[in-house]
Amino acid sequence: MVCEPWKEKLDLYLDGELLDELRVFDAHVRNCPSCAADVLAGVQMKRAIQIAGKRFAPSAEFRQRMQLHMQAKPRRSSIGFSWMTVTAVVAILAVVGLTFTYVGRERARTQQVYSEVADLHVATLASSSPVDVVSSDRHTVKPWFQGRIPFTFDLPELQNSEFSLLGGRMTYLDQTPGAHLIYELRKHRISVFIFPEESWRGRLDENSSVTKELSFSVETWSRGGLRYFAIGDAGGADIDRLAKLFKAANP
Amino acid sequence: MRVSRLDAQSDSFEELAMPLFDQLYNFARWLTQNREEAEDLVQETYAKALKGFSSFQLGTNFRAWMYRILRNTFLTSRTGLRVTNTVSLDSEEDGPDLAVGGATPETLLIDRSSQELVRRAIDELPVHFREILLLCDVEEMSYQEIAETLSIPIGTVMSRLSRARKGLRGRLQKQLQAG
Repeated sequence: MVCEPWKEKLDLYLDGELLDELRVFDAHVRNCPSCAADVLAGVQMKRAIQIAGKRFAPSAEFRQRMQLHMQAKPRRSSIGFSWMTVTAVVAILAVVGLTFTYVGRERARTQQVYSEVADLHVATLASSSPVDVVSSDRHTVKPWFQGRIPFTFDLPELQNSEFSLLGGRMTYLDQTPGAHLIYELRKHRISVFIFPEESWRGRLDENSSVTKELSFSVETWSRGGLRYFAIGDAGGADIDRLAKLFKAANP
Repeated sequence: MRVSRLDAQSDSFEELAMPLFDQLYNFARWLTQNREEAEDLVQETYAKALKGFSSFQLGTNFRAWMYRILRNTFLTSRTGLRVTNTVSLDSEEDGPDLAVGGATPETLLIDRSSQELVRRAIDELPVHFREILLLCDVEEMSYQEIAETLSIPIGTVMSRLSRARKGLRGRLQKQLQAG
């Protein structure tokens, strides 16, 4: 049927996405009663959804609460860097030493990431159901992530170690989906987070030794395009042992 | 909403984000289907966005960025996890095939001007169909913006939108026939 290719493009046409063939489609619709009827029906449906969809408005009380909340926060412009400020800062830095400042900024940026990872760890453990897949079997936990996160990874064999796997869940950090695994070691809970590396490129070192963040021991490393974080209240040596098991499983 | 480097540097987060407040709340209500949860979701979205504003890439789409934060926050909330666990993305139902000819949902809608029917039909859609219809037809986002917001390829945007519309028409047809 002559109309068939056009009918397949009806949604694109109605959504304003048919850029290249717009004129040809227009011309066809003018001469084809069947397609014209479909376009009319599509427009009516879009309009009906638009009206019905604009259904909810925030209450005055909630709006006021949010405005107060926002005003209480520091404004970006007051703490942000305009070009003039940046220029002035660069000039000063040239005097006091660029390297020192660069290291300081990198450290602050890294600490912000660690702090967010620590938040995720604590918030999850505080939850009544910290894991979505409850299993100590890595062959159960790994497949659970299939289709939920846009990458895959291997879990270490724990048979001859003191660590035990409690389960896993999906998580988000910095708008990036990732895997969250929870391990136990002598009543200590240790989280291992795995995210695609591109979200962190340039923000973190390739590997880190164990550091302390809010009294948690945390270690991060990059392998095979993935960024790993291990964090918990266990000792630094314990976190490092678990990190080594992961590195061995994901060479 | 494209934000130029200079504009974004001079504008505060509040100036960029607050104009989106009403539409983000509307979207949050449709997702959560509950007023209090929607308020919590919006508040958490703004808190996360403010915290992560330094990582927002200037010159990219701020609106899609905010919607993405809201949606990701919803997906990891108790309600979001329940909804996504009970409705698998793989089992996207297409809805019944509609009979060709005769009264269509669209023509009947005009006759009865029944917005409540459309609302109910949208409410009944699985959340992944509901959100994509709202982003396209209510927020009037481009396919590219929707792809950025939902973190899916444009091809998936098109196929999912098509199935969402088919599902909506199917539900409307059923409601109209029952009514």
